[in-house]
Amino acid sequence: MSYEAKFKVWRGDDGDGELTDYTVEVNEGEVVLDIIHRLQATQAPDLAVRWNCKAGKCGSCSAEINGMPRLLCMTRMSTFAPDETVTVTPVRTFPVIRDLVTDVSYNYEKARQIPSFDPGDAKPGELRMQQVDVERSQEFRKCIECFLCQNVCHVIRDHEENKPEFSGPRFLMRIGELEMHPADVADRREIAAKDHGLGFCNITKCCTEVCPEHIKITDNALIPMKERVVGRKYDPVVWLGSKLGIVKKGQDTPSA
Amino acid sequence: MTEIERHSYDVVVIGAGGAGLRAAIEARLQGKKTAIISKSLFGKAHTVMAEGGAAAAMGNVNANDNWKVHFRDTMRGGKFMNSWRMAELHAKESPERIWELEHWGALFDRTKDGKISQRNFGGHEYPRLAHVGDRTGLELIRTAQQKVVALQQEDHAKHGDYEARLKVWAETTVTRLLKDADGKICGAFGYVRETGKFVVFEAPAVVLATGGIGKAFKVTSNSWEYTGDGHALALLAGGTLLNMEFVQFHPTGMVWPPSVKGILVTESVRGDRGVLRNSEGKRFMFDYIPEVFKDQYATSEAEGDRWYDDPDNNRRPPELLPRDEVARAINSEVKAGRGSPHGGVFLTVVDRMPGGAAEIVRRLPSMYHQFKELADVDITKEAMEVGPTCHYVMGGVEVDPDTAAARVPGLFAAGEVSGGMHGSNRLGGNSLSDLLVFGRRAGLGASQYVEGLTARPTVPDAEIEAATAEAMAPFERKDGENPYTVHAELQQTMNDLVGIIRKEEELERALVALGRLRERVAKVSVEPVAVGDGRGYHPGWHLALDLRNMLLVSEAVAKAALERQESRGGHTRDDYPQMSAEWRKVNLVCSLAGDPSSPHVELKRQPMTPMRDDLLELFDNDELKKYLTAEELPAGLAEEVKAEDGEADDGKAGDAADESEEDGR
Repeated sequence: MSYEAKFKVWRGDDGDGELTDYTVEVNEGEVVLDIIHRLQATQAPDLAVRWNCKAGKCGSCSAEINGMPRLLCMTRMSTFAPDETVTVTPVRTFPVIRDLVTDVSYNYEKARQIPSFDPGDAKPGELRMQQVDVERSQEFRKCIECFLCQNVCHVIRDHEENKPEFSGPRFLMRIGELEMHPADVADRREIAAKDHGLGFCNITKCCTEVCPEHIKITDNALIPMKERVVGRKYDPVVWLGSKLGIVKKGQDTPSA
Repeated sequence: MTEIERHSYDVVVIGAGGAGLRAAIEARLQGKKTAIISKSLFGKAHTVMAEGGAAAAMGNVNANDNWKVHFRDTMRGGKFMNSWRMAELHAKESPERIWELEHWGALFDRTKDGKISQRNFGGHEYPRLAHVGDRTGLELIRTAQQKVVALQQEDHAKHGDYEARLKVWAETTVTRLLKDADGKICGAFGYVRETGKFVVFEAPAVVLATGGIGKAFKVTSNSWEYTGDGHALALLAGGTLLNMEFVQFHPTGMVWPPSVKGILVTESVRGDRGVLRNSEGKRFMFDYIPEVFKDQYATSEAEGDRWYDDPDNNRRPPELLPRDEVARAINSEVKAGRGSPHGGVFLTVVDRMPGGAAEIVRRLPSMYHQFKELADVDITKEAMEVGPTCHYVMGGVEVDPDTAAARVPGLFAAGEVSGGMHGSNRLGGNSLSDLLVFGRRAGLGASQYVEGLTARPTVPDAEIEAATAEAMAPFERKDGENPYTVHAELQQTMNDLVGIIRKEEELERALVALGRLRERVAKVSVEPVAVGDGRGYHPGWHLALDLRNMLLVSEAVAKAALERQESRGGHTRDDYPQMSAEWRKVNLVCSLAGDPSSPHVELKRQPMTPMRDDLLELFDNDELKKYLTAEELPAGLAEEVKAEDGEADDGKAGDAADESEEDGR
């Protein structure tokens, strides 16, 4: 059940580029990444694409297929009609290195600014946690760092100017993960808003929609974080208590 | 002359999977300026594919578990070919390494009393695998990645630079280790993927943590990075590889659709009533029950089907024979023309469970998900197509068990790239703990080595010039072959002739074929890309360079497989189906010899170090008799065996009836 498919693949570097037309064989059961590999092996040996596990577990092969942020390895060709032209472009929010490969260093820089896990005085082997308590953060640790949520987020998609103040859904979720970690003693609520731009998020849930791991980023991480930030700032009892000097505010952990 | 960047470190770690990150963390904790060279982006290494868990005798679920039991299980799984010292260190230190991960933020599944939960797995006597659902590898790599970041944050606070003491070189590939005039390691040479620019890493100590060799085979569960880089780099630097014939093939990898060819189908599908059928619809495994297993396996479908509910009064279905038996049977069916359309056989659970489709989804959630999402196959309605897939290499760089030092001064190795720990066959769950235990030891060993040096080695210019010329060669050659074509043929050769079932005549043909491929690999050429200086993100060029490594490891595997005339663990010889106690004493060691511009793999036999008495005492005498020669047995026992041998026809303990299986996925 082979057929010749029409593909448009963006070719170029950080200077400029264009969509290039290819006609390429497609066999039953293949995914878009297979077709990109066939192009490499037969027509375009220098076509740049990033990939690793080919099983939806490493999050390397992020791109946009007909405008939708997707993993190339998890997009089956059977979802397109044989006469449909399939357009593959690099993710838009990050600068292109070449062809389908982008410079995702923004993400690694943001990761470094979030204060790491802090177990306080606990010694290795001493930690005791209940399953029900670890499950909240475990959901967020399913993240494969494909950065599709970062790519789709309108705060930085086409808004380069917001990047310094906004860490994106992936890393706001990381802050949430640490905040909900039963053994962590740091307090990142202040910096979530101040340094990492939690307030920019207006819960359109685009990140949740594109997550290949089906993590409920908005509902389970970002909204609870917003509530915690607000709770810290405006809890009337804490406010009154601190004014009267009988409640001491916790120590805010600064960004790293 | 091509422009070359130079950077200086105390320790350079090649590979950013579990072993590499743990080694780098240790070196940095020891105060060494450290670089991590990662072929992919940071956090994408193949470790993420590990599902089951990390074996560590913490005794959280069954208090009877301890390092001695774990050690015993590991030696049994490896059929006593293991470096017993590595197995001992691994069993003793795994719990600490797991607790340490937790202390760095890992969130394992819990027991009711709040400890780390542990699950059962093939070959492990007690529930022993710390796990996070079926994504334990991802948790391990993410935690190590975040620990690296935590250390970088400390350095940022102190030096104002995150990368002052620990830098990750993402998407950077090392193509040569560099040695000084005294034959000591003095650095590594590589290219940065994004730009194609060359980098010299000056360093007195290098840790190899590059993983496996699966991409030398056509059907594999391994990713593109697994091209045997570390194995080849060690060989080229004068190091040695141990027991490369031991390659773990899993009998049931997906063969269809092509996008997922080689990806594992867990063994529990068969444990949960899944059956294997050929193109005629026949449950063929009943035809493949070897004589030694006749008493333990059902001879009719009706009896086999009763076993799932009543295992005490029925024999198990032959689908649950040991892995090599199942793989051999699948091979035979395909060769006899009774395979599935895509060269495997059918594995099906359709109509096999009393609770119907709902029960299938409940009992096999990850397999249901895997086939649905990756293959658009609904396993409640359709059969899966499966066949053997290359999964893991037990063989690897020969190292000192305590320091992970290779046979080259300044070179260290840990994880899948190192050899010895798993013997002839690895138990499931022992890989992740291996990475942590020996990753740390390699980082420590490298740091101590650096501290012991009186002077830092310098990199000779000639070494850099040679490495540059080698890396540029595919561009210099004109009208050579396409690297993809040569790679495909190499993979086909290894799959067909050095695969799961081996025989002398095929291995000899493989060596001839590899000889011809060697000439073709030397001639592949690529065109520069249209932008920049032509080397930026050039996959064809990268493959052209990786081919050298895959060819070398293929030669090592084929030569060792031809030499070892017995069947044991991950090495099955059709012409020598028995396990031999004499061969157990023999390690096969590969090194390079001949013309340095085109060296060939040389093999030598090296006696296995006898196991320490206190470790021998952990086993029953009857068990030792199965594996060891009479001379190796403790004194009293040896007399007993010699008396028995008078009656038997020879002294070799051929025991194919070993059921302690295996990877358990």
